[in-house]
Amino acid sequence: MGNKIVNARELAPKTMLFEIEAKHIAERGKAGQFVILRLCDQGERIPLTIANRNVDKGTITIVAQEVGKTTRDLNALKVGDEILDLAGPLGRATDIPENKRVVCVGGGIGIAVVWAQVQACKAAGNHVTTILGARSKDLLILEDEIRPFTDELIVTTDDGTYGRKGLVTHALQDMIDAGETIDEVICIGPVIMMKFVCKTTEPYGIKTVASLNPIMVDGTGMCGACRVTVGGKTRFACVEGPEFDGHQVDFDELMSRLAYYKNEEARALEAADHHCRLEAAADALLNEQNR
Amino acid sequence: MSEQSKPSYAFNKSKTKTPMREQKPEDRIKNFNEVPLGFTEEEACQEGRRCIQCKNAPCIGGCPVGVDIPGVMRLVGEQQYEAALRLIKEKNFLPAICGRVCPQEDQCELHCNLNKPDKGREPGGVGRVERFLGDYAMEHDLNVLPPKEAPTGKKVAIIGSGPAGLTAASDLVQKGHDVTVYEALHKPGGVLFYGIPEFRLPKKILIREIDGLKDMGVKFVMNYPVGKAESLNSIRERYDAVFIGVGAGLPWFLGIPGENLNGVYSANEFLTRVNLMGGYQFPEKADTPIKKIKRIAVIGGGNVAMDSARTAKRLNPDHVYLIYRRTKAELPARIEESHHAAEEFIDFQLLHSPVEILGDEHGAVKAIKCQQMELGEPDDSGRRRPVPIEGAFKTWDVDTVVVAIGQGPNPVLTADCPELELNKKRGTIVTMQETMQTNLDNVWAGGDIVTGGATVILAMGAGRVAADSIHSYLTTGSARPTVEV
Repeated sequence: MGNKIVNARELAPKTMLFEIEAKHIAERGKAGQFVILRLCDQGERIPLTIANRNVDKGTITIVAQEVGKTTRDLNALKVGDEILDLAGPLGRATDIPENKRVVCVGGGIGIAVVWAQVQACKAAGNHVTTILGARSKDLLILEDEIRPFTDELIVTTDDGTYGRKGLVTHALQDMIDAGETIDEVICIGPVIMMKFVCKTTEPYGIKTVASLNPIMVDGTGMCGACRVTVGGKTRFACVEGPEFDGHQVDFDELMSRLAYYKNEEARALEAADHHCRLEAAADALLNEQNR
Repeated sequence: MSEQSKPSYAFNKSKTKTPMREQKPEDRIKNFNEVPLGFTEEEACQEGRRCIQCKNAPCIGGCPVGVDIPGVMRLVGEQQYEAALRLIKEKNFLPAICGRVCPQEDQCELHCNLNKPDKGREPGGVGRVERFLGDYAMEHDLNVLPPKEAPTGKKVAIIGSGPAGLTAASDLVQKGHDVTVYEALHKPGGVLFYGIPEFRLPKKILIREIDGLKDMGVKFVMNYPVGKAESLNSIRERYDAVFIGVGAGLPWFLGIPGENLNGVYSANEFLTRVNLMGGYQFPEKADTPIKKIKRIAVIGGGNVAMDSARTAKRLNPDHVYLIYRRTKAELPARIEESHHAAEEFIDFQLLHSPVEILGDEHGAVKAIKCQQMELGEPDDSGRRRPVPIEGAFKTWDVDTVVVAIGQGPNPVLTADCPELELNKKRGTIVTMQETMQTNLDNVWAGGDIVTGGATVILAMGAGRVAADSIHSYLTTGSARPTVEV
């Protein structure tokens, strides 16, 4: 009994949005929490942050970018298909500030999480400025979905094809330089982006929360694959996070740990392609024989 | 034991257990198949006939779930295998599992009147016979279900599908209650699935035993981490009684420099990747990777350390070290496990304690540095305390380190319910010993979440005690069972 996909749409090349039936996760989930899913009996468990929830429909929304075999298989799914295993909501919810001036910074696929954050921040009476960054215009996602919940929206692209040319940190630095009051920054995106967002705010003592995305297996505190160093202490991102005080996080260690299975990811894709080619060859042979 | 006629067969007076055939070490390290190959009917029958059918049957008292062991041994001796299976299943619904993972040498077999090591006499091979019966059921497709009482209309939720939960579920469903088991992972069995390796407990056997529970009417809900997917209090409202058996799923690390380098795993992660996720078949038949290992150090001396070392050996590395800070005599692992590990060319480096894991320029493990130890005075556990030998260190080149030094209670459920009373120091759930009842009126708990990391059979025993109390509570309103367990 899997969880049915009721909506699927491409947000950008190799990036898909899925709305999935999961009543209890929709009801219990909060901004910042994630799910673990598995697609087939030999599949791996991957964590994906909940981007949106619809309690009335009993659905959650996730956004996946194709980076390995599992995300490639996931992104090939269509409306009506089922996710074999879906567990959640996992992790701690974001501590949403109230009646403050908050800046939400999202980069790349992390923008999906910002979508949940801005909604929660707005609902809690905050003044929300959102900075979204992408490498290029065609890679920018969810701008229209986020816009209604944010008081200001700044978009940056690395190549200047849309919004302001440059990085999210440039826009953030400009806000600081202009003397704008910022009570808290929440950032989600590539590790390198979060590292530099935190470096940008640190000299000014602006509270900055980073949502970390380490490798996980079970997602319930059992395996410790997701351990990160925060303030010199080992923490399990799955149960103690995924959000931590960004000024305390050892981002370099996180980057190193995220890269550990790179070769294996390539091997998994290769093996899957090989398998596909074998199947195609077998099909061709069968067709030949049937004729 | 009631008065019985003499068995129809002649006792087997062999001083030693009927041997069980095993895969040879040099063969088995190349596969994940089971190491002991099990008894034939003839071998089981011979072992059944070794039991002298003594009246006081101290073995039964040594069994945490109280199986009528002489009764079972006699039926096997009489070649009435199905009847023996029926008798065992009255008390133990999971014989194929217990026959493999129970430490019988510390339980039933320890108390056996035959057990006289000084005279070279071994106890009855209860574990081997039990395993045979479980396998016999499977091979002959015998779906032996114990009788089920009339429906009581009471609903029980079991949280966690490990050994404690499965035992409680089996007892309660037999009493006619409507039982639902909730599991956080995608497969049922808890540590039996993710922790205990295929070569000790084949998954198909585990699945078969769990299917038996489903046949009895137990419902299983996977991917449902209670505390996250639903609060404990909400479950309490929906069910008449709740049993928590969520295990000790929070791995401890050593707290030494270099522990977050790439290539350092908790035993839980290492075993989960290989067992639950099938990582040893990556990439052809499983998507979860496990790195190619050249030289690996497993830290610890318990059963989980042995499982980790032996699992690592089957991934075809050049060398497997097992590093333990005391001597062989203090190894907490079952003798059979450390014996199997030694046979499989695991390199035991005793009296060493890791002080640092060294990394290369890419943040990956390259070596482990250990302090040499000697034994001092006994500590609280009665074992002699390891004491550092000043200035004596040893470093081994390794690319993988597995930390198997134990685990604490997983806080996912308990953190969600502050009303549930915990041991402040250990984080375990506080229960009443006789009933396993918690401070919340319709909630019981048992297994590692109460005791901290222990054994499968102790968890099963706790599941049984709790089930008795739950049954009493549901039928009489009092949680204290009126009949002796």
